[in-house]
Amino acid sequence: MSERIIDCGDGVIKCRTCAWSPPGDHPVGCGMYLTVKDGKVVDVEGDPDHPITKGRLCVRCLTLPEYMYNEKRVLTPLKRAKEDRGKDKWVAITWDEALDIIEEKVNWIKENWGAESIVAFQGTGREATLYKTPLAYAALGTPNSCFPMSGDSCYGPRCSVADFILGAGYPELDYAAYFPDRYDDPRYEVPKYIVLWGKDPLFSNPDGFFGHALIDLMKLGSKFIVIDPRVTWCAAHAEYHLQLRPGTDAALGLGMINYIIENDLYDHDFVENWCYGFDELKERAAQYPLDKVEEITWVPADTIAAASRAVAENHPSSFMWGLAIDTNANGVQAGHTVLILAAILGDLDVPGGVTLAVPASFMGKWRYECAQQLPPGMMEKQITDLEHYRGFQAAHVIAHPDCILNTLETDEPYPLKMAWFYATNGVANTTNAQGKRWFKALEKMEFNVCQDVFLTPTAMGLCDLFLPVTTFAEHDGMVLPHFGRNTHMVMAMNKVCEVGDCKSDLEIDFLVGKRLNPSAWPWDNVADFFTEQLHNGGVDMTFEDLQDDGWLQMPFEYKKYEKGLLRPDGEPGFNTPTGLVELCSSLYADWGEDPLPYFEENKLTPYTPGREDLARDYPLVLTTGGRETTSFHSEHRQVPSLRAIMPDPLVQINPETAAKYGIKDGDWVCIENPLGKAIEKAQITPTVDPRVIHAQHGWWYPEQDPEAPNLNGVWKSNINSLIPHQAIGRIGFGAPFKNVACRIYKVDGLDALGTLDPDSPEGAIGTDPASYVATKEA
Amino acid sequence: MSDFALLIDYKYCTGCHVCEVSCRKEHDIPLEEWGIKLTELGPVKMQDKWLWDYLPVPSDLCDLCEARVAEGKKPACVHHCLASCMELVPVEDLGRVMAEHGPKVTAFMPR
Ligand code: SF4
Ligand code: SF4
Ligand code: SF4
Repeated sequence: MSERIIDCGDGVIKCRTCAWSPPGDHPVGCGMYLTVKDGKVVDVEGDPDHPITKGRLCVRCLTLPEYMYNEKRVLTPLKRAKEDRGKDKWVAITWDEALDIIEEKVNWIKENWGAESIVAFQGTGREATLYKTPLAYAALGTPNSCFPMSGDSCYGPRCSVADFILGAGYPELDYAAYFPDRYDDPRYEVPKYIVLWGKDPLFSNPDGFFGHALIDLMKLGSKFIVIDPRVTWCAAHAEYHLQLRPGTDAALGLGMINYIIENDLYDHDFVENWCYGFDELKERAAQYPLDKVEEITWVPADTIAAASRAVAENHPSSFMWGLAIDTNANGVQAGHTVLILAAILGDLDVPGGVTLAVPASFMGKWRYECAQQLPPGMMEKQITDLEHYRGFQAAHVIAHPDCILNTLETDEPYPLKMAWFYATNGVANTTNAQGKRWFKALEKMEFNVCQDVFLTPTAMGLCDLFLPVTTFAEHDGMVLPHFGRNTHMVMAMNKVCEVGDCKSDLEIDFLVGKRLNPSAWPWDNVADFFTEQLHNGGVDMTFEDLQDDGWLQMPFEYKKYEKGLLRPDGEPGFNTPTGLVELCSSLYADWGEDPLPYFEENKLTPYTPGREDLARDYPLVLTTGGRETTSFHSEHRQVPSLRAIMPDPLVQINPETAAKYGIKDGDWVCIENPLGKAIEKAQITPTVDPRVIHAQHGWWYPEQDPEAPNLNGVWKSNINSLIPHQAIGRIGFGAPFKNVACRIYKVDGLDALGTLDPDSPEGAIGTDPASYVATKEA
Repeated sequence: MSDFALLIDYKYCTGCHVCEVSCRKEHDIPLEEWGIKLTELGPVKMQDKWLWDYLPVPSDLCDLCEARVAEGKKPACVHHCLASCMELVPVEDLGRVMAEHGPKVTAFMPR
């Protein structure tokens, strides 16, 4: 194993670390050496000994110094008077003063409106996903910890469906990540086919999966079946590409299941011994013959048949399901079909199939204990509509995002008065649907805090206090791939230098926690905390040991369901109510959901039943969210080397469609629907269907005027302005971020319609029956 | 002439830009210049099959990372390439190594 620190002489050292965040990324933990000279990181080089990444790094870590030493980075806490929100009138303060302000404001809010009137928001992917909820419960004392993405449409739905149907953590492609000698381990088999369902892992590195492991497997012989509305690079190199209409995944899944059952291509042994509800499933799937599925999905019936046969007749094969499963009001059903396919084909937890895991206990115990810190009766005040979303609540300990916006807008059941933006630039267009509604509602708050690396539009527009966060090079931490839900390795993030007066997310938790609720925060430093977490996770080493070793690969067993390793009672089977894979759910009926998968159109598409108006006026399907290597959602826009590669937001349009609307490559285009507008630059490409456009998300312009109303141009290309609020699935999951109606037309430039801020005529917040507006009860 | 060539197994190149950026960092090359630059063929459907290939082409600024190689390291681009589809190969072995890689492989001798 590599050395932790290499002395290169002349005061230059190389320090090994595994990356998480910030800058934003999923917990991939790519291994690298940071060269430190005169206290500054001057070079980044991949660590060839890292078992997964083997020296490889993406452009975001290669350009880390440009992010760390960016002239726009904030290096001390800042305060600003409430009446100056939107103005660049920040004043530098010390951490002590910042903590004094927090203590005073939180106490004032609690006395006047109760702790429940505080809401803590997080973004996606970063370490903050582990540390925000503990801040809410064990420091601020509020039950309203919230991931503000409508329908919780990122990872949560898939994890919940896996929990309901399999009783397991996150099911992941088996890429031999648990084995030190990786693909050479004698237990391992290379998957024959890998189904990439609504997922483009090369540049998203989803949830800690190292995307280019797919290329490793391609070299070893794996073939791809890609299910995606776009021709991605993987799709162009796949054996089968099922180019479906956005949002029709559940119909496709049911069609494949039906074909596989009808043609007797399933694993009888697995179905008989380990599955519940096969007959019911068979009957339901029979309603989806391939000709009907072709009509719904646009995928030719013979392509569906050939791909189904390929994956059914070649074992092991594996399935990866992506964000497209989450960003769909019909996504719980779509996800169910993917799990059913993996199950009935016998590919669950076999070498080269889909790995299952019991969620790791590393942070679990601590997070659970944090929830116990809330005073009696407080959790009951959490804002989640339990009449409708008991399914959401069954899987989550956080508030429901759409319900939180309803509360912000109506003050029902009680007013919210303070928001804490924990590593989230929420109003930029990644998480929040109809971000302008959130912005207007959050403007009313008494006090808002943001902790982040840069002054984002969210901070500039809404906040009164800014807490500067360290990058991963500047703090100690632990990387948990899949956020602990299928963790092949635990890795150490090692602090190598300091920049300004910044703190890590966890250090901020400690500082605020020790001020507001000291008994819940007994650790003297983060090292002690991590050592305790390692011990709770059954690992007999200290955090310092982990830092020295770099990482620890976890043990792994295949076919855990045969060995009693998935259930807490040690019995064979799955950790579901029936002890089996629930092809037909035994839970859903109680929550008002159909126990079997079905297809249903999303609410704001040109194909939505009863919406001929949309088909006429907004005939194109807008899909969003495809990832570029140059940014993590709304991050990295201020990094020169990355911006040079991707300078402008791109909307992909088929040549036929572009010709029809008189749009040329490089033209600026307004994308519009009843809810709003966004402007992006046309990229004319045959990779999208003529009936579909794809628009990038997460754009704002650090180089533009940061003050309101422009706020770094955050409303100009804000594609989530077109995404409806609370147009989600029955049990509370899944919003149509990848599937709404729109029209397009050429405009003169990015600024053609002004700032598009919500108070301007062009930027006004639109309405549509599909986008719920709550009203105050009389 | 250098004794080495830069082999690219471009059936695996995903266009990740890592070669460009790692070269820029290694050699302090400004944004408007390039040590190696990605080219792209497609995406286009030809005879019912998609063609979408990337290929990085080294420029006159590429010195095949002489200094790194002298220290026993791989060139910066080869080291970091996400698809591990680049290799520094002695010119005399080129024919054999290219054949081992199979179709869609090429090599550059920038100097
Ligand atoms: S995937 Fe890229 S940004 Fe994420 S840790 Fe690895 S190199 Fe860094
Ligand atoms: S070999 Fe070195 S100089 Fe040449 S392109 Fe690669 S990184 Fe640049
Ligand atoms: S680093 Fe490798 S995969 Fe990435 S663009 Fe260059 S050659 Fe292609």
